[in-house]
Amino acid sequence: MSYKVKLDVFEGPLDLLLYLIKKNEIDIYDIPIAAITEQYLEYLELMRMLDLNIAGEFLVIAATLIHIKSKMLLPPDEKELLPEEEEDPREELVRRLVEYKKFKEVAGILQGLEGQRKKMFTRDIPFEVEPGEVFFEASLFDLIAAFTRVLKDVPKEMFQEIIKDEFTVEQKVHDLLHMLVVTPVICLFELFKNSKNKIEIIATFLAVLELIRLKEIIVAQKKNFSDIEIIRNEKHRLNIE
Amino acid sequence: MEKTQIKNIIEAMLFVSDKPLFLNEIKSVLEGPEADEIKEVIDELAGEFETQGRPLRIKEIAGGYQIATDPVFAPWLKKLYKTAGSDRLSGPGLESLAIIAYKQPVTKPEIEAIRGVNVDGVLKTLIEKNLIKIMGRRETVGRPIIYGTTQEFLQYFGLNSLQELPKLEEFNFTEKDIELPEHLQSNEDAAYGTK
Repeated sequence: MSYKVKLDVFEGPLDLLLYLIKKNEIDIYDIPIAAITEQYLEYLELMRMLDLNIAGEFLVIAATLIHIKSKMLLPPDEKELLPEEEEDPREELVRRLVEYKKFKEVAGILQGLEGQRKKMFTRDIPFEVEPGEVFFEASLFDLIAAFTRVLKDVPKEMFQEIIKDEFTVEQKVHDLLHMLVVTPVICLFELFKNSKNKIEIIATFLAVLELIRLKEIIVAQKKNFSDIEIIRNEKHRLNIE
Repeated sequence: MEKTQIKNIIEAMLFVSDKPLFLNEIKSVLEGPEADEIKEVIDELAGEFETQGRPLRIKEIAGGYQIATDPVFAPWLKKLYKTAGSDRLSGPGLESLAIIAYKQPVTKPEIEAIRGVNVDGVLKTLIEKNLIKIMGRRETVGRPIIYGTTQEFLQYFGLNSLQELPKLEEFNFTEKDIELPEHLQSNEDAAYGTK
């Protein structure tokens, strides 16, 4: 199995071209196509060697560059040639580059505005759980690890009898939402504490997963491997209303 | 109603609101003062916030008014709310947003033509973040979906309106092949004059 990594340094083929133009201190309206094509292909080769996934778009521009290069090498077609205005084969590409460059600059301005805006705090700060504590969303792997831990803690003798459909995921979803109305933050391990058997633990766990999927709750932990806490997703609830 | 009272009511409203309040919203609550009167009071209030050395500012965002903290307090507030301000938009996200902001209503192929790459994933993220929305379909072959920016876009970047964005011609390019959408073309002088 091979792992493909997306190279984020260049957002796309036009970005790579702009980079090469800047690096070589070239006038965008007078690009030495032969030299730039060569460098462009070198970069593609480098990306290929690094086993980076080269998007088709990069190849399209490579083909365009080679096409322009060949056009510039060939003597102009006598029949098509207009005496005064001979069209530069680079024109279309330059037009695209210039247009792209403008939006790239706007993107830079937006980034600046974003930074400034993030320095101003307004009332819509999302996800307000006890300020001062760091939370990050627990991953599925954290949940599974917690689940295995709970299962391990259950005494073996509890698994002797078979109980049929006593606990359903649906019921557990219901219970959990009710509990969250009373207590806004529930510790995941507390949730399993009163479980009578394995089936109830599984039903509870599936209910947690289902509520995460429905974006009704958020699971968070204060630090790696610490207790996982279940919090109502207030933002989602407000969105529904 | 006395002016001080109006001012206090407005301040209280702005204090409570979690989104920018529009002039007409304030007007309908106050039931009396005219819009320009209210605007005058808000301007005065905004001035007081600054001259009295308070940590809050009244900002004009997305066509409304909102109380925000002075940026100088950001370091402390970031300590308090560690999650706030941590996620930033990616390069491709910002580029696509820039194109949509100027060219809206715009189709996906038009964005892709400018950026030279596929933008499926980026558009999905921007829609999820509520920064862009589907505005409908263009009545041409294939009836492609057209996208535009949202109110949240303005809020996210702290802009009062799209006119606050710089004109594309301001960049050192002489090309004239980029046309601004109609609503950006009109009253350019007034809109850009403030900068």
